[in-house]
Parts: sequence; C-alpha cells; structure tokens
Amino acid sequence: MPTDSPPVISDAVARAIEAHRERPGALLPILHQIQDSLGYVPPSSVPGIAEALNLSRAEVHGVISFYHDFRETPAGRHVVKICRAESCQAVGAEQLVEHACRTLGVEFHGTTVDGAITLEPVYCLGNCALSPALQVGDAVYGRMTPKGFDRLAADLRKGR
Amino acid sequence: MIRVFVPRDSGALSVGAETVARAIAAEAAVRNQAITMVRNGSRGLYWLEPLVEVETPAGRVAYGPLTVDAVPALFEAGFLTGNKHALGLGPTEEIPYLKKQERLTFARVGITDPVSVADYEAHAGYRGLRQALTMPGAAIIDTVITSGLRGRGGAAFPTGIKWKTVLGTTEQQRYVVCNADEGDSGTFSDRMIMEGDPFVLIEGMTIAGIAVGATQGYIYLRSEYPHARQVLEEALAAAYRGGYLGGSVLGSGKRFDLEVRVGAGAYICGEETAMLESLEGKRGMVRFKPPLPAIAGLFGKPTIINNVISLASVPIILDRGGEFYRDYGMGRSRGTLPIQLAGNLKRGGLVERAFGVTLRELLYDYGGGSRSGRPLRAVQVGGPLGAYLPESQFDTPIDYEAFAGLFAMLGHGGIVAFDDTVDMARQARFAMEFCAIESCGKCTPCRLGSTRGVEVIDRIVAGRDRNGNVQLVRDLCDTMLNGSLCALGGLTPYPVLSALNHFPEDFGLPAGALAAAGR
Repeated sequence: MPTDSPPVISDAVARAIEAHRERPGALLPILHQIQDSLGYVPPSSVPGIAEALNLSRAEVHGVISFYHDFRETPAGRHVVKICRAESCQAVGAEQLVEHACRTLGVEFHGTTVDGAITLEPVYCLGNCALSPALQVGDAVYGRMTPKGFDRLAADLRKGR
Repeated sequence: MIRVFVPRDSGALSVGAETVARAIAAEAAVRNQAITMVRNGSRGLYWLEPLVEVETPAGRVAYGPLTVDAVPALFEAGFLTGNKHALGLGPTEEIPYLKKQERLTFARVGITDPVSVADYEAHAGYRGLRQALTMPGAAIIDTVITSGLRGRGGAAFPTGIKWKTVLGTTEQQRYVVCNADEGDSGTFSDRMIMEGDPFVLIEGMTIAGIAVGATQGYIYLRSEYPHARQVLEEALAAAYRGGYLGGSVLGSGKRFDLEVRVGAGAYICGEETAMLESLEGKRGMVRFKPPLPAIAGLFGKPTIINNVISLASVPIILDRGGEFYRDYGMGRSRGTLPIQLAGNLKRGGLVERAFGVTLRELLYDYGGGSRSGRPLRAVQVGGPLGAYLPESQFDTPIDYEAFAGLFAMLGHGGIVAFDDTVDMARQARFAMEFCAIESCGKCTPCRLGSTRGVEVIDRIVAGRDRNGNVQLVRDLCDTMLNGSLCALGGLTPYPVLSALNHFPEDFGLPAGALAAAGR
C-alpha cells in the first residue's frame, strides 16, 4: 500500500539484508544472520526484508514459519535441543526427555522461569553411534544420561 | 616432532575430545615435550572415542576412550612412543573393526588433517580430478556409469545417468547441488565425510561440474551440523587459495565455484525438489515431477543433485577407473556402502564394506550385539522411512534389491538397533507422528494421512475395534504409499506396516496372525 511509511529496520536486520541481498536465493541466508545476531527473527523485520527482496510480506512470513529453526520470539539464554529420533529412542531418549521436562519444569518449546534454558526437540543430530544426543548452541553431547543432563543444566544456569 | 591425532569430529567432541586435546597440550607443555597436534576426523569407532593416536616409526598407535584424568598417566607410561597402557588399543589399522573394512570412499577419513590440502594430495587426493581434466565430459560420465555407482542418498538411481541427462540439455547455465541434508536417524556418514575429509566431496563436485559444464555448485547443509560447516568453510577457503576452485580449476581454464548453504531444520528439505525450493529462498515445498531437476532444477536450470557419499565416491572412481569400483559388490549394487551402526549397539560406528555383507554380520560381528546386553529384537534400516526388520530377516545381505524384495529399503545405509524392550506399536505411531511434524503440506495423503494415522494407531493400542482399525490403518497406508507426492508420505507406511506385520503382538493382536494378511 503506497501510504505505508517506510519500514523501520534495526541495524542488525539492515546489515543482514545488505550482506546477502544480491545473492541468488538470499532469503534464508538473511534470516539466518538475523537470528544469529538477535536470537530470533522479529516480525517487525518482515516488511524490510520483503521490500529488499521484492517479495510479499506473506512470502517472507511463510518462509519464517515453515522452518523449525526460525523463532519469532526470543528464546532463553541457552537453547537445549534434545534428539528424539529413533536411534536415541533405542537407548532411552524418551526417559531423558521426561527427565528434562520434569526437572526444568517446561514442555518442549518452553523456557524455564529464570529464562536460562529453552527446551526444543530435534530429529537427529548425526551422533547416532553415541545416542542419546543433545545440542546446546554448536556443542553436541553424546551418551547423555539424566545425571549428565542435570550437571549440564546446572552449568548452563551458572552461565558457563 | 611427534604427531598426536585428536579428532575434531563432532561425535568425538560430544564425548569430550576437546577437553582431552587441551589436557594433552597442557601436559606436553608442562613436560617440555614438543608435539604437533593434528585435529583429524574420526576413524568411526565411536565407542572408543575420544580415540587418540600417536605416530610412531612402526605406524599409528591408538588409545581410547580417553578421559582428561587419564592424560598424565598416559604421558607417564610413554604413550608418545607408543608404549603400553590400560587404554592402549595397539596399532590402529590392526583393530579388527577397522581392519575388516573396505574403505574406498572413507579411505582418508580419520587419517589426514581434514583442512590440509597438502595432506589430501599426499594421500592420493585430487588424482581423480587431474584425470578428469584430461577427458571429455562424456568420457567422465561413461566412467561413472561403468562404476555402477547408484545414488547413496537412498533412491539408488544410477549417478552417471543423471549426469548424462544434464549434459544432454541445451541450457548454458547448469548447477551441481550436493544434498547434505542428512536428516535420517541412524545416519552420519555424510557428516563424517564433511568433517573428516571435506576435500573428497569438493573434488567429487568439481569433477561433476567439469563433466557437465556446470560452473556453480552448492552444498545444501543441514543446520544441525555446525561443525561440518566450519570444516567445509575452512576446506573451501584452502581449495580456492590453492587454485582447486575458481576461475581456472588447476589451471585448466575451466571455472567451478562452490559454496555452502545452510538449511533451517526441515527434514523435508532432504527431498531433492524441496531442497531446491529452499536453496531458492522459499518454503521447502515438494515440486511436482516432471520436469526432472536434471532438466529444470535450481532456478529452472539443469541441475545435478547427488548425495554427499555419491559425490565423495566419484574421485576414487575417476582415479582408479570404473571397473575397479564396479568389481566390489553384488548383483546390481556395485561398489561399497558406508554403513552406519546406531541405536542400541555395543560398538556403534562406521563400517564401509562392499555390498553383500549381511545385517547379522554388521549387528553382531561389528556391532557386538546390544549395548544393553538384552537380545536384539528389531532393526530399522534406512532412516525414519525405512522398515523394521525382525530377527528372522537378519541374514539379508546389504543389497538394494534384496531389501526392496522384503518391502524394506537400504536408504542411506543407517541401521538402528532396538533390544527386546522396544514397543513396536509406539515406533509405528512415532513414524506417523514424525511424518505429520515434517510434512510440507502440499499433498493430502501425507498432510492429513499422517495425523489420522497417529489417531488410528492410538485406537488400536487402546483396544477400540481393533480389527476394524487395523484394516483402516492398512487402507490409509495404501493411500499414502500410492498417493503421496514424495517419499515422506510415500514411505512412512514402511515402518508402520513392517511393525504391524512382524510384531502384531505389540498392537494387542495375536502373534503371527497378520503376516499372512498382506502388507
């Protein structure tokens, strides 16, 4: 609509658009960079991205909502992704998930009340010879046990 | 200087390789012992990770699984000269699990420094590309056809034929895309190649590009693999510096550019047309076929799409010849398959063998039986869309046709073992649930069928009109199998029906009653 005021774009969003807009298939690289710098893709960034790539807002929103990775709200300080695929199921992933949910007091996609940990499911981390596996940021953990999970959660809460 | 190898493979890192590496470096410094540490890939003996090797005049000697606490004692025992220690495993190459393998595609993984192009060249790297550069494109493709190489991503389509289709198009702009969206549970061979020997993938893609006249390649990498991305980026930078990529590949005057694109956590993007959509910056929605991607693929241009392992097998085929590779294997399954042992096994890891090895050998001779010590009851082969096989089918050889004959599939070669505590009705339900979570939504059988499937299985397990609902789930599977647009909806019936047919007692049905009732 021509009467719209120009979209407000934060620095991080502008930098991401600038870095990738000329690449073929630029949308995913842009969204990744925004999420890497802000921790999520704010809905307010959609109009600016759409304009830069000559897409409709619906198309940009459609892509953000399609992919499991992209978040539209901030997560906790750490995102813990527990694998719940078959290889991990075969060695106790479901019990690990139950333990994690119970001790953290959250369901999947939830964040602990202290804002330290967001719990997400993931379907395979490629660490299937060392199942059960989970991932925090770029770090993968193998042969995870409920005890090991408690230690890890405590470390994350201490900010390590 | 003594060379010590500590893997940077993410599996090894997941059990502490990084802290072990730091402890070794610190201990060496304290003792004024000069060492060179190489961060290699994993040998694929994951139950022994972190597995550290020392280079001695008599060859490499292995120690593992290492902990930080064990490091001072290892130095004390003289591990830098290969001395004995409780964690000593002897000469690495003599470890039976490794010695009994036929490593062609994985020839260098765990041996070389993954990001050193000099090390790669010193271990027969880039010989395939040099050979390819002396050949016309059609001759390169003929070599790949002769090798009998079939798509290792799961579909097993002849790789060379795909390339030939692209070569036969009239478009000027063509692409090579590597499908590195390895999302199947129980599979990790793509990851191991990318983290342990990325140049073999880069070389394979370059050969593909030279063969069909494509100047741009993309590696579509799943976001769950940040370590693979890091290694690939380092290797790509080294390849550009060395003139192996760019405007004139090895001085040939031929251009080939390559970059990594990262997915965003959608399993469906492992389906080739959904992957193309994603690369173009769209939702990962499956495309109708035809047109085939080889005719109209990325940005509408002819595109070679191959799995990591397919492409990584090309350099040795060009180096040693199509016949050399073809002479491995059985039937129409030629060459070797990097098999991944996962789930409830004592010795999970990577086993590259010629086709023909049986499931039983893999599960017991290599895998050592269950980790839990209980009997193995079922194995799922080929990822979340693969069938569950009962013990009575463990003598099946690793062969595309043998698996197809059992209404099963080899897929990407991942084997997930379950012991006798597994509830197969639960596994069948999960297959439907996973399909519902990951469906792109384009076709009805997959989008709706998967959700209805979960509900119907719940009713069977709850004992509500069991026979009627079993019939319903069979009808539903028939619709999904024949009416879905791609393999996600089309193959989800495999795990569901195999669970139902081989393990009816888990669904509250009389044992053995259903195998006769059809698929």
